[in-house]
Amino acid sequence: MKSTSLKKAIATAIGLTLGGSVMAADKHSTPLNMTQGATDISHEVYDLHMAIFYVCCVIGLAVFGVMFYSIFKHRKSKGAVAAKFHHSTTVEIIWTAVPLIILISMAIPAAKTLIAMEDTSEADMTVKITGLQWKWHYEYMGEDVSFYSQLNAEHNIARQLDSGVDVSQYHWYLKDVDNELVLPVGKKIRFLHTAADVIHAWWVPALAVKKDAIPGFINENWAMINEPGVYRGKCAELCGRDHGFMPVVVRAVSQEEFDAWLIEKKGGTAEPVAVAEAAPAAEGSNTAVATAGGGGAAAEVSMESQMARGGEVYAQQCAACHQVNGQGIPPTFPAITGSAVATGPVDAHIDIIANGKPGTAMAAFKGRLSDEDIAAVITFQRNGLGNSVGDSVQASQVAGN
Amino acid sequence: MEILERKSRTLQVSIKLVFVVVGMFGFGYLMVPIYNILCDITGLNGKTGIISTVQAGELVIDEDRWVNVEFTGTVNVSGPWDFKPGQDSIKVRPGKQYKISYTAKNLADREVVGQAVPSVAPRVASKYFSKTECFCFTSQVFEANEEKDMPVVFVVDPALPKSVDSLVLSYTFFDTGEK
Amino acid sequence: MSAAADSHHDDHHHGPEKNFVKRWLYTTNHKDLGTLYLWFAFAMFFVGGLMALVIRAELFSPGLQFVDPQFFNSMTTMHAIVMIFGGVMPAFVGLANWMIPMMIGGPDMALPRLNNWSFWIMPFALAIFLSTLLMDGGGPASGWTLYAPLSLQGGDSFAFVIVSIHFMGISSVMGSINIIATILNMRAPGMTLMKMPLFVWTWLITAFLLIAVIPVFAGAVTMLLTDRYFGTSFFSAAGGGDPVMYQHIFWFFGHPEVYILILPAFGIVSQIIPTFARKPLFGYSSMVYATGSIAFLSFIVWAHHMFTVGMPLAGELFFMFATMMIAVPTGVKVFNWIATMWRGSMTFETPMLFALGFVVMFTFGGFSGLMLAMTPADIQYHDTYFVVAHFHYVLVPGAIFSIIAACYYWLPKWTGNMYDERLGKIHFWSSTFFVNLLFFPMHFVGLAGMPRRIPDYNLQFADMNMWASIGAFGFGGSQLLLLYIVIKCIKGGEKATDQVWEGAEGLEWTVASPAPYHTFETPPEIK
Repeated sequence: MKSTSLKKAIATAIGLTLGGSVMAADKHSTPLNMTQGATDISHEVYDLHMAIFYVCCVIGLAVFGVMFYSIFKHRKSKGAVAAKFHHSTTVEIIWTAVPLIILISMAIPAAKTLIAMEDTSEADMTVKITGLQWKWHYEYMGEDVSFYSQLNAEHNIARQLDSGVDVSQYHWYLKDVDNELVLPVGKKIRFLHTAADVIHAWWVPALAVKKDAIPGFINENWAMINEPGVYRGKCAELCGRDHGFMPVVVRAVSQEEFDAWLIEKKGGTAEPVAVAEAAPAAEGSNTAVATAGGGGAAAEVSMESQMARGGEVYAQQCAACHQVNGQGIPPTFPAITGSAVATGPVDAHIDIIANGKPGTAMAAFKGRLSDEDIAAVITFQRNGLGNSVGDSVQASQVAGN
Repeated sequence: MEILERKSRTLQVSIKLVFVVVGMFGFGYLMVPIYNILCDITGLNGKTGIISTVQAGELVIDEDRWVNVEFTGTVNVSGPWDFKPGQDSIKVRPGKQYKISYTAKNLADREVVGQAVPSVAPRVASKYFSKTECFCFTSQVFEANEEKDMPVVFVVDPALPKSVDSLVLSYTFFDTGEK
Repeated sequence: MSAAADSHHDDHHHGPEKNFVKRWLYTTNHKDLGTLYLWFAFAMFFVGGLMALVIRAELFSPGLQFVDPQFFNSMTTMHAIVMIFGGVMPAFVGLANWMIPMMIGGPDMALPRLNNWSFWIMPFALAIFLSTLLMDGGGPASGWTLYAPLSLQGGDSFAFVIVSIHFMGISSVMGSINIIATILNMRAPGMTLMKMPLFVWTWLITAFLLIAVIPVFAGAVTMLLTDRYFGTSFFSAAGGGDPVMYQHIFWFFGHPEVYILILPAFGIVSQIIPTFARKPLFGYSSMVYATGSIAFLSFIVWAHHMFTVGMPLAGELFFMFATMMIAVPTGVKVFNWIATMWRGSMTFETPMLFALGFVVMFTFGGFSGLMLAMTPADIQYHDTYFVVAHFHYVLVPGAIFSIIAACYYWLPKWTGNMYDERLGKIHFWSSTFFVNLLFFPMHFVGLAGMPRRIPDYNLQFADMNMWASIGAFGFGGSQLLLLYIVIKCIKGGEKATDQVWEGAEGLEWTVASPAPYHTFETPPEIK
């Protein structure tokens, strides 16, 4: 729309007044402006954003220029005598028509980009994204690969109130997850969005993708990533207590790397006992049920390993509500330390973890976690967090419940 | 005299305005059916249509076109289910009826009642996607640990805009706690 | 209703009641009620401001230092509701109460007893609302928009929140009926509609907006209440409802509500600028028509708050175009104000400074609003601090600056004393400096990817948030100065003349300063 030299001149002028902030805005991925992103659409959005910004700057300079000229020139202390005019049809028509023309000239490119953003046809692959309080679930449609993704466990400890941890040691504080969403570059990827509890919104600025995830409804949008890289985002719609702690991390890789990753992921899910790191998230619901059926005669797991594993699962799954120290936030999130459930009959404890408690935020974890993990976390809750019931719960007990 | 006249005018204006207030409160509620009708007409919120088998039989099958239909299932946190489609996707001819199924297993040791809520993406496609038979028409009762195979019979209207080459049928299972 | 008017007629020839409690509890005098509304709003600005300071204290640096995230969410939610329903709206109603009868040459509001009632509901409504903080589960924490299904989670304090919102709504609606009836029926002979001061015009339009949309909001929150406690499922997909429908109903109220918060500000600025430019308002009739167009457009743009919920393309395009249209009448207003200043003979007393601050900074908010109207860009801006910066520019150096300007402008008429001009100027410059320090950096963190309503953030946002927090404490502290200036002015000071300002025109400047308890019992003559 404008010559680049004019653009730069304006940017410099504004930049000087705003403390150099807009100067920086023209550079790639500075922390003070919108990212140009990694897709064609995100570049278009960035261009629109800058175009309307420059339009606003020009209008602002003109309007405030006149205003401040008047303020300095037409003041009583300089002997200005007030004129009497209070009406001019010509002027009024001009300043109604000119903004209208500017607006229409902005609306046309905006409409074009919008139409492109909404066109989800001819997608190469589909990823279903489900928002939950407070994590994401990704499912590669038709590939039988699915997993949960939530805040990096170390960050999760550091971000607790009075954690005593210096958060500045983490470069990607609150922007890192346990399991990244891996996507191939150069493919049109369709995202399906839904939620399992309240409304969330999946947002990755570099992909210019933000869509509400609404329980009971399915939404869609798409991205075609041009450059490999790691792109970080956040939940954008207030979704309760830990809304600020459910980041999104997308790792874009070449098609070959993606294919290899997918095969590994499929192989990984077949292992009955996953390594601790992947345990809470890597197992899809199918596997969890399959293990429950086939692993009835599994050997007893020692108390120590149950406690270690349970502690990790607890930090991932439970600590957000019931707190790291098990004190909860009564009355919404009851304490586990000394609670009637965690120190009472084991069957009731298993029931509440496996099946949830209807009408509360307590979710049913059966099918979400493997029976081994459920057994471990129950053991941890009964023998850690200040409790000492002394029993070790086994996966077989959970499976039979 | 003038004061009395002013009072009666004030009274009149106030009464009219009270009617407006009551009317607007009613309008708030009226927005519910208006919204639902608008959704039916435009597919605004992605809810699917229901048609009778007879109506479905009258549609002309478009033999020149394939539409890919993907299936997915979600379980709301309120319920203890394992819920998934029996097949990932199928290619369909618009106008022809297809039968697919979902499986749901109650993971709890007690009876639970669930309601499946359908949704179609893209939303413009939802008004062209109709079911003649579906487990989502009524709430479903599951005995403890019961596993069910639940069929859906659907048809894609041949009038589906040409720009749509693929659509997604999604169900979310909610625990309604009652029949 | 006629009984109300009768008793009012009885105390026509008396001064205010001597007993302090009786005077303020039973008063039906528009000036007393205006004073009550203004003090109440002032108190609520401090309550809401303290909540904002809790938010800014937590956001001063990364990591959680002071509050639990749930309480943080309560603070953002309650800050908004207290400021909107307890601060800005009552402040405008207070100004309307004080000034509208005097500006149109009427003896009082049309419905004095209703006026008393609509004020005294407010303290109780806000008390119920604030008391939810002490209840099990804490105050509301789902954002002021109360989106279902999130708002349906949590404690039973929810029912109290809904009840208090109903009371606030009833108060606003009664106040609006009163204002409309006053403007339509209490004007002095010869005061035709197109001779009314612009503040009266903007309030007339605002009152109609309130009457049209507050009941819709009442309906929406009632649906939330029945969904939560009585088994309906308006907004639950499980029962055939749709959570997005709540957003449509809410924003059908919410967008006109935004204009309810800004139209009277337009009126105030249109009073002040001609006074200090010593020149009549430029384009009076186009100002009236622009206000009307803005009010009309406010009903057809609501879904621009919902560009990410998944609307059909046609809907997104329509709401984008309609939203951009709002820039036209808003632009006309700004141009008219500048044309009013052009070739005037300006002086810069505190009310004028705040009015000019309003014009500049409200226009900033307008620019970011124009950017937000562009749907593709909005998908990036939506629910980030860019939006927070935008609406705070419109509401703080916008609406609140206009309220402060109005207070300085009419304070001499209310108290009979001039306020301390030197302190007033200090107040303006410190407020302006800190308000920009507070809200300008928010644009940058928002564009860089910081979502709103989060209690903790990555290090990359740390500098800007620190500046914003410093600005917040500075701005809050500056308002203590305003409190001091107001009290000092009430206690004494240089005596004000009847006209107060050299360039002031209008009926309110023809009565004595301080304005007698009863004014215009015999209608003035309109030239």
